[in-house]
Amino acid sequence: MAEKSFSASRIPGFATTAILVFCALYLPIVMLVLYSFNSGDSVAVWEGFSLKWYPLAWSNEQVRDVTLRSLTIALVASVVATTVATMAALGTTRRKKTKGQTLIYLMINQPLMVPEIVTAVALLIFFAAIKVATGYQGLGYLIAAHSAFCIPFAYLPIRARLEGMDKTLEVAAADLYASNWQAFRYVTLPLLLPGIVAGMMLAFVTSLDDVVITLFVKSAGQDTLPTYMLAQIRRSVPPDVNAISALLLLLTVIMLTLFFLLTRKRD
Amino acid sequence: MSKAEDKAARTETRSTWLLSAPALVLLLFAASGPLIIMLVYSFLTPGKYGNVIWEFSPDAWIGTILSRDIFDGTYSLADAHLTIFWRSVQLSLLTTLFTFLVGFPTAWFIATRTARTRALLLFLITIPFWTNLLIRTIAINQIIRNEGLLNTALLSLGVIDEPLVIIYTNVAVFIGMTYVYLPLMVLPLFAAIDRFDMRLLEAAYDLYASRWQVLRRVILPIVKPGVIAGSILVFIPALGAYVTPRILGGGRNMMIGNFIELQFGQGRNWPLGAALSVLLLVIVTVALMFYVRAATRSDSNG
Repeated sequence: MAEKSFSASRIPGFATTAILVFCALYLPIVMLVLYSFNSGDSVAVWEGFSLKWYPLAWSNEQVRDVTLRSLTIALVASVVATTVATMAALGTTRRKKTKGQTLIYLMINQPLMVPEIVTAVALLIFFAAIKVATGYQGLGYLIAAHSAFCIPFAYLPIRARLEGMDKTLEVAAADLYASNWQAFRYVTLPLLLPGIVAGMMLAFVTSLDDVVITLFVKSAGQDTLPTYMLAQIRRSVPPDVNAISALLLLLTVIMLTLFFLLTRKRD
Repeated sequence: MSKAEDKAARTETRSTWLLSAPALVLLLFAASGPLIIMLVYSFLTPGKYGNVIWEFSPDAWIGTILSRDIFDGTYSLADAHLTIFWRSVQLSLLTTLFTFLVGFPTAWFIATRTARTRALLLFLITIPFWTNLLIRTIAINQIIRNEGLLNTALLSLGVIDEPLVIIYTNVAVFIGMTYVYLPLMVLPLFAAIDRFDMRLLEAAYDLYASRWQVLRRVILPIVKPGVIAGSILVFIPALGAYVTPRILGGGRNMMIGNFIELQFGQGRNWPLGAALSVLLLVIVTVALMFYVRAATRSDSNG
């Protein structure tokens, strides 16, 4: 075939690069999971299959403690963030652009634009002042911080879902004398539910993954799973931390698969 | 506008704000509001054991780039700080450039597959994107450290006699950041290429454009918004990176993020930490404004 004939899907080098990129992306993750089943404590030399690191990690009381804390924070924060994000999405989509809408968007998306370390420093300073003033040291600060930075992650899928819904059903409900609340409860909410669940899952994963903001906001003895893991890393990564990483990875993959099934557009 | 319309518009505005209020209050309390307090703190005097003394002082801001000689009180450029700034900017730019160089062919490859393969490949890019950054950094650490997989493999193959020392160098931070931020480059690039009409390529070829000319004159201008978006999405978190340089760079190869954290730990200089954070925020805002301007300009052209 002549050199001139051209196909967009066959630019020389592109396919090779892409395949190398996929390998490079997955090799470290796959190795991490694989070596969490290594009976030795090396991450490079295979010494036989073993499940021992998982029970070992779980038998550590501190690991159980920080896991529970992480899950509590992620659960509360994702519920709070999803609730307020759903309301905000209802208030800002499917209506004429009102005054100040840009400001609302900016504020909601702020956690995505400001570097985490900057928010972390600001929260450290602000919460330290409140801690001194009120004497309260509890989990409330972490929950508030997590709820706030999870809002955009919950808001975006809910908003996307809302924008894809037309108003005819709600108008029909109103024509049939449904009150505003009834129309919302029995028409809008069920239709919106996949978006809400998807948003909540993203918020949950985001909260569970957070390192930097948690590191700055937490009081003594309030480690979460990621900050605990970070503290365990010295010159090497202990095998039990490896096992926890593999489990968290699995959790992420499950949540993501569910997310994709929920948000997939039906043809 | 009639009176009734006017009233309806006002009701609409009010319900927008009422429904958004809980989210906005929460964000004001735990995201945007504290930024202002941080700005105030950057003008205060550091306390002896951390925190601040409520006395005005410009020292933190001067201290971001100058250091004061403790004996004669003269100011000179703070070399240590400048080194950290320079390293952060350099590594972030390099990361952005390199993720683009390998991300563009990848995004192009994904966009030119059949619908099914494309969905699968996109999913494969999304998994690392949503996987905990700490875990991905741990994963790359396992590969490149001295006793890691790379060195073990190379040693046993006899390619090298001594382990390559990558970990705790700038190279390690660069590899790590490229690894963790790559999906952030590929996804917007894909979105832009996906909208590209491939017939334009054939047209260019029919008009005797060379490969290079096609790339420069046809493809790049059209996918430019994606390039800008990807670059911003990589550059901003890279510049403020904390976890990756901490694990892979060690204490000697700090970036701005680690240096800021130091001020709230051993450094015990909260105002300096606050000033550095404000500075970082300003740089990021300028980059974002540049992005918005570039994006709107290419919109009006297209």
